[in-house]
Amino acid sequence: MIETKKLHAKIQTGKGDKTYYVINFLILVFLTLIVVYPLYFLIIASFSDSNLVTSGEVLLIPKGITFEGYKRLIEDKTIWVGYLNTIFYTFFGTLFSLILTIPAGWGLSRPNIPYKKFLMWLFIIPMFFGGGLIPFYIVVSKLGMVNTRWALIIPSALSVWNVFMCKAYFESNLPAEILEAGRIDGAGELYLFVKFVMPLSKPIIAVIALYCAVGQWNNYFGALVFLTKSELFPLQLILRDILIMEDTSAVMGGGGGATFQEQVKLANQIKYTSIIVSSLPIILAYPFFQKYFNQGILVGSLKS
Amino acid sequence: MTGAVKMRKKRKAYIMLLFVIPALIELILFNYVPMYGILIAFQDYVPGDSIVSSDAIWIGFNNFKQFFQTPNFWDLMKNTFFLCLFGFLIGFPLPVIVALLLNSSFNKKMSKVMQTIYIAPHFISLVVMVGILSIFFGTNGVINNRAVKLGGDRFSYFLDPKAFRPLYIFSGVWQDFGWSAIIYLAALSGVDPQLHEAATIDGASRVQRIIHVDFPAIFPTVSMLLILSIGGLMGVGYEKVLLMQTSANLDASEIISTYVYKKGLTGFTLPGYATAVGLFNSIINVILLVFANTVAKRFSENTLF
Repeated sequence: MIETKKLHAKIQTGKGDKTYYVINFLILVFLTLIVVYPLYFLIIASFSDSNLVTSGEVLLIPKGITFEGYKRLIEDKTIWVGYLNTIFYTFFGTLFSLILTIPAGWGLSRPNIPYKKFLMWLFIIPMFFGGGLIPFYIVVSKLGMVNTRWALIIPSALSVWNVFMCKAYFESNLPAEILEAGRIDGAGELYLFVKFVMPLSKPIIAVIALYCAVGQWNNYFGALVFLTKSELFPLQLILRDILIMEDTSAVMGGGGGATFQEQVKLANQIKYTSIIVSSLPIILAYPFFQKYFNQGILVGSLKS
Repeated sequence: MTGAVKMRKKRKAYIMLLFVIPALIELILFNYVPMYGILIAFQDYVPGDSIVSSDAIWIGFNNFKQFFQTPNFWDLMKNTFFLCLFGFLIGFPLPVIVALLLNSSFNKKMSKVMQTIYIAPHFISLVVMVGILSIFFGTNGVINNRAVKLGGDRFSYFLDPKAFRPLYIFSGVWQDFGWSAIIYLAALSGVDPQLHEAATIDGASRVQRIIHVDFPAIFPTVSMLLILSIGGLMGVGYEKVLLMQTSANLDASEIISTYVYKKGLTGFTLPGYATAVGLFNSIINVILLVFANTVAKRFSENTLF
């Protein structure tokens, strides 16, 4: 053990490699700064004085600390309606996706499922060819889902990639002996699935749940296409108005006798705070899921 | 084996179909029925009609002809292609390089931390991403404020067609280079350490080991993703483009998919026409994919199908 460690140490510092390691380190640090700085800036800008941010004074440390943006955001009703809607869509959308995906992945991973080849093709074709946006919209509207919550939960619940990832996980991670033992006991397929497969597939369920949840949380396009009632709007669609539409001042800062300048200032402040507040759940969940999705991609890459 | 046992086995096998059926129903409803709906590309379809009814007006390839004759047909093609091409040229090699760099860094713990940091922007929503762009590059954004302070003029990157592609592509790369590197890192973690040891004993430097040990290890993954990217060279989505579009940058930012969205779902809708345009685009994608795969088959064993 110690020998190999020594050998490794030697390998790490072969001749002429010092320069490479220094360059390598510098590039990686540079990339880290490029990724981190914009995010860091958003955080410090969200509680700095908006005028100082605008005049370019706030670069490395927050200045003129104020929580006015957060206060206004919390008072704003549309944001909260959006927040609650998004939580609803994320929870039920993810749940529905899992109900479709996990059993399908399991079924397709069984070597003796009837019509296996045909089924595989049925799943593969939509990865490369589809009807396109308009026929999709027509189907959803014929099903009466336009302007209902269903439109964001049901139509795009199934990702074929996820099904195949699941299938690959089952194929490489479920010990055949356990299944055989279950089979000898005369267990039915459903019993086997609930009793043996589900408990062993926690990592893959976590990965797929994460993908679906992030997808739902971040989705604006489904709502843009299918919803016109503002009380159903998810957070992202409301954010779009705040962040990207030109005159946010009229929408947000309308309280009291604030001057135009004040309104612009507030609108800017709210941009920063709304980004932070809307991304908070994902930021908080990120460290916990980090190890899982690395695993998940690995599983997917094994398949290919 | 007696007949009865065989029968029971067979029935048991059919029960497994139950697991697939919910997903299959979803797939048929929302993937295959819309494929059937492509028929309206050949019709003068009015919203509310049923797709095949006696009074459907079949107009053959008229919708396609109309698209080929629109004045901005070539602009749409060009914008779609260049956005994808430049995105591919910058976005494809970078994750490979980053993965090789992370894998060969001096301090493994440090690369793990950096990897975690690089992945983080992937989880930012497109709306927030474009919001960040406007905070930095908008008329009253950080860059402009800095420029004014240094004595320059304000310049709205969102209103200039020339700035659209760089903004779109670099923000996309910023968001996804770490995420895309994961798959290569996974392949690199499977490299047998003995290969590295042997190479070192033979006097290979770290750079030489990257070229002769690491890169060959990820080559199959690289070529597979290459095929997929070439297949997607005309397949850029509308979601982010739509967010970044302003009436002033349409010259560069109007692409086929946003055109389909606008023609099909906004204003005075032309569903049949929009479907035809979308179909044209997806046929190009399939052709590109098959082409890339055929070329790959010629030169190596790493193919999709």
